[in-house]
Amino acid sequence: MSDLRDLYQELIVDHYRRPHNFGPLAGANRHAEGFNPLCGDHLSLSLKVVDGVIEDACFEGAGCAISTASASLMTDALKGKTEAEAEALFAVFHALVTAEDATSAEAPLGKLAVLAGVREFPTRVKCATLAWHTLLAALHQSDQPVSTE
Amino acid sequence: MNAPVNQGTVRRDSPPRLDVVRLRQDFPILYQTVHGKPLVYLDNAATSQKPRSVIETETRYYGEINANVHRGVHTLSQRATDAFEAARDTVRRFINAARHEEIVFVRGTTEAINLVAASFGQRLQPGDEILITEMEHHSNIVPWQLLCERSGAVLRVAPIDDTGELKLDEFARLLSPATRLVAVTQLSNALGTVNPVRQLIELAHAAGAVVLVDGAQAVAHRPVDVQALDCDFYAFSGHKLYGPTGIGVLYGKGALLESMPPYQGGGDMIRQVSFAGTTYNDLPYKFEAGTPNIAGAIGLGAAIDYLNTLGLPVVAAHEQALLAAATAQAMQIPGLRLIGTARDKASILAFTLEGVHPHDVGTILDLEGVAVRAGHHCAMPVMAHFGLPATVRASFALYNTAEEVDVLMHAIRKAREVFG
Repeated sequence: MSDLRDLYQELIVDHYRRPHNFGPLAGANRHAEGFNPLCGDHLSLSLKVVDGVIEDACFEGAGCAISTASASLMTDALKGKTEAEAEALFAVFHALVTAEDATSAEAPLGKLAVLAGVREFPTRVKCATLAWHTLLAALHQSDQPVSTE
Repeated sequence: MNAPVNQGTVRRDSPPRLDVVRLRQDFPILYQTVHGKPLVYLDNAATSQKPRSVIETETRYYGEINANVHRGVHTLSQRATDAFEAARDTVRRFINAARHEEIVFVRGTTEAINLVAASFGQRLQPGDEILITEMEHHSNIVPWQLLCERSGAVLRVAPIDDTGELKLDEFARLLSPATRLVAVTQLSNALGTVNPVRQLIELAHAAGAVVLVDGAQAVAHRPVDVQALDCDFYAFSGHKLYGPTGIGVLYGKGALLESMPPYQGGGDMIRQVSFAGTTYNDLPYKFEAGTPNIAGAIGLGAAIDYLNTLGLPVVAAHEQALLAAATAQAMQIPGLRLIGTARDKASILAFTLEGVHPHDVGTILDLEGVAVRAGHHCAMPVMAHFGLPATVRASFALYNTAEEVDVLMHAIRKAREVFG
């Protein structure tokens, strides 16, 4: 059975109340927008990529605790990663929050593993992955806004 | 200004009360746990639960009398047709329509509105105007936007104030000889506001406009008399009225429906078909192309029968008491802001909680067994008016109890604690 604190762990609540990397990013050269039309969440992601390495990442927008904490933790994790590493991280994170097998690799995710509880809440998986789908769009330089629907 | 509130529906000498403990047993779905807690179902504005009589009526239909209607000479077809038409008459009596043929079965409120937009809408021309309100559900906005694109008509929107009430003077000001159609909700799904539709209809008629009332929310909470309202169209769904999904009703004044072209072509809506041309069937069949949702219609009839045994005024009084209690308790919760504080409200308590996103409130409530809606409630312009992406909405039905209101408030306080 799922407990409240399995989902809303302190770290998630902290990142919701005081998100890291929140605001505009000077010198950003990659940008993408993400929307969740079901709940009205909107996220704008900016990256500064130099020689294939993500030097900085910031986000803006309004969302629930899960989507905000996910974006906050993701932008922390992205800094210093190559584009290929960022894409690989997307895959690992996606598996973390969607896999039925709870033993999937959590170790390399560090703090991001705190979002594993989302897998017990299928209606909230889209909240957790909104920032990450927006990341893919930014890396692929897509002009199309990302939508969860 | 005299708003038509339902004074006098509850007699003081013998206050009728619902025996909620007993009638809850009529709703099998309520007897389950969610996340280990007893289910508290407060998402009735999205869809209501179904009494056993409705479920059994549908089962009996498929088990005993299923056949296509209006077509067969065989016994089952006659029985199915009789049951289907009896349901139509149950609907007619429920909303006090004058004639059987003024009741058109459709899939739901959305299809009813689209039918009017597609059929009545054909007479609109560039420069004509359609007037709606700021509090409409998307299904009473988008069909008119599509119609405006097709016809060159212009959509006008009467604004609401910060309590969620329609600004009557603005509504009156926006009416003009160019106004061909007014489409207005009787009860806002996002705010709980009850509109003075009788008065709005009078104003619209004085301007020469035809009026469609979106009764999707209202019909389960207030007695509706389409003749007393004098509305030209009234649209509602079965599933918010304790009936099945996929069945709804468009009421239209007979002369108006007669004057309108068909909506969809197909079987049942024709009198004679040849390649030289086709003549159409009488009302209401002209608007009922294809095999209808027979089981759904009969199930809706059973739902109305169920409501009638309780008495809608009694149900309304019970729900008003729940809403009043919930409103009073909610106002005691720090950081809780009610969205929709109109003087005349029914059944709906929408709110935000400071520092907690509505989506998170919804999940935390769900973990307490409490089902509510969190989101924009298909009324994004209402959210825009209040500058919010979303709200939490608890909505009450006849089977809800004062104890469930307490559980809701406890769960909201828990959400506050999690986000400290």
